[in-house]
Amino acid sequence: MSPTWVQLAYLAAALCFVLALKGLSTPKYARAGNLLGAAGMALAVVTAYVHGAVHNELLILLAVAAGVAVGIPAARSVKMTAIPQMVALFNGVGGAAAALVALTEFLEVPDGSVLFQVATVLTVLIGSVSFSGSVVTFLKLQEIMTTRPVLLPAGQAVSIGVAAASVLLALSVVVSGSGLLLVLLALAGLALGVLFVLPVGGADVPIAISLLNAFTGLAVAASGYVLANTLLIVAGTLVGASGTILTRLMAQAMGRPLTNILFGAFKPTAAAAQTDEHRTVRSGTVEDVAILLGYAHSVLVVPGYGLAVAQGQHAARELAAVLEQRGITVHYGIHPVAGRMPGHMNVLLAEADVPYEQLKELDDVNPGIGSVDVVLVVGANDVVNPGARDEPSSPIYGMPIFDVDRAKAVVFMKRSMRPGFAGVDNSLLYNPKTTMLFGDAKDSLTKLLAAVKQV
Amino acid sequence: MIDLLTIFVLAVFVGFEVVSKVSTILHTPLMSGANAIHGVILVGAILITGRAEHALEIALGLAAVFLATVNVVGGFVVTDRMLEMFKGHKPVKAAKAVEAQGNGHKETGK
Repeated sequence: MSPTWVQLAYLAAALCFVLALKGLSTPKYARAGNLLGAAGMALAVVTAYVHGAVHNELLILLAVAAGVAVGIPAARSVKMTAIPQMVALFNGVGGAAAALVALTEFLEVPDGSVLFQVATVLTVLIGSVSFSGSVVTFLKLQEIMTTRPVLLPAGQAVSIGVAAASVLLALSVVVSGSGLLLVLLALAGLALGVLFVLPVGGADVPIAISLLNAFTGLAVAASGYVLANTLLIVAGTLVGASGTILTRLMAQAMGRPLTNILFGAFKPTAAAAQTDEHRTVRSGTVEDVAILLGYAHSVLVVPGYGLAVAQGQHAARELAAVLEQRGITVHYGIHPVAGRMPGHMNVLLAEADVPYEQLKELDDVNPGIGSVDVVLVVGANDVVNPGARDEPSSPIYGMPIFDVDRAKAVVFMKRSMRPGFAGVDNSLLYNPKTTMLFGDAKDSLTKLLAAVKQV
Repeated sequence: MIDLLTIFVLAVFVGFEVVSKVSTILHTPLMSGANAIHGVILVGAILITGRAEHALEIALGLAAVFLATVNVVGGFVVTDRMLEMFKGHKPVKAAKAVEAQGNGHKETGK
């Protein structure tokens, strides 16, 4: 049993974590909450070091220093557009650390109680799943690999097979106490993580990250049993529970049941049947669009990830300012999942100094959308796809969208006719109300800005 | 051991309760913040490395310390960067909200 002062320090840290999560749920206290969490973490780590580092003190300090040297620059330099994959990576290394902790403890104490063994196999298994799953989500979001769902031949059978093998391995580790089997279990966990995330489609990847985040929390909680450490149990469980709720909230924001996202990989055949090669697309020049905008009364900008990638937020804000000087009302329609993650677009636009009160949510925009003269869709696609509303066969059916096809005119700024992140065709592109403006979002916005000033 | 189970069950409820109502704006920072908190595995990594005596255990333990540190510092720093961006706009927003009153602007939780 640890001395009382250590227990008290852990209790204080656990309280900090609860309050940190509480703070992070309300805009006003979010930043303070995060700092409080960091303070609690510092307290816990220093306590563990002073009390627990009997051997290898210097090596531990060096490993921490190396971690700081890698983690801080990575977190500081990452572009705001790349935040989701960064979070995925940090989550993955956390899962790997949990698995390593349990593995090491198992080597140090090979003949623990059954509960200890069970907690060990759980930590190793969940930690490994979380690590490899997070790496795959990173590869998907970074677009190093395809963002489309990857369906292996007999993928489901393979997944079930690996899952069954994992359970068997876990049981035999508990029975035999063999370290080798535990390593095999870790490998099975890694395979399972990959199999779990591969079929998840691009737009749903953030939800997978959130779920893996909850997984890592559970792995940490299980490792708390391994080490009989209450702080690990409390903190890990907090993250596991809040992560599960958050995953559900995110899935609700996208209007899709969780099971669909994880197991109902998009069936491309259904969407392909709708494709009609002979539909026409109307493409306009910058001047056409400038006139359209210049004589509008109200304009709605629907930004998407393409805007952020092109770093066009500032150009968009300038364009909005010029339009407002002409007495035109400009709002931004922010879809809950615009960008790569719920709330991601708000972060990106805040970075570009877009006034907060111009940002409107779905429910604020849709009822009055019929009176909007021009909708400017910049680098977004799936969030304005009428298929999500009208075609039950569409893979994104059920996701709430901006009903921009009900506005008077739509200008679609896009690099090409390529489908969006979810890989789904968009009938809005072929709508007679729609004018396409091809090109890089920032480039087009800058030209448009110049052209509107001429009108 | 039943003590640990009690703690676990209570923590589950606290976790559910704490984040039951979150506006979508905060989903990303909240996930990132929770992500940093599970970096608390660093405590476990330090404890096991602190009592490891064999080379293999020390090596594995140090790897865990390194990875957990990346998780902790990266997680908190990235979350802070996200939240920093919201913060800068509060005064502007407060001033403009007064001007904008009457145009049906709805306070959406920020």
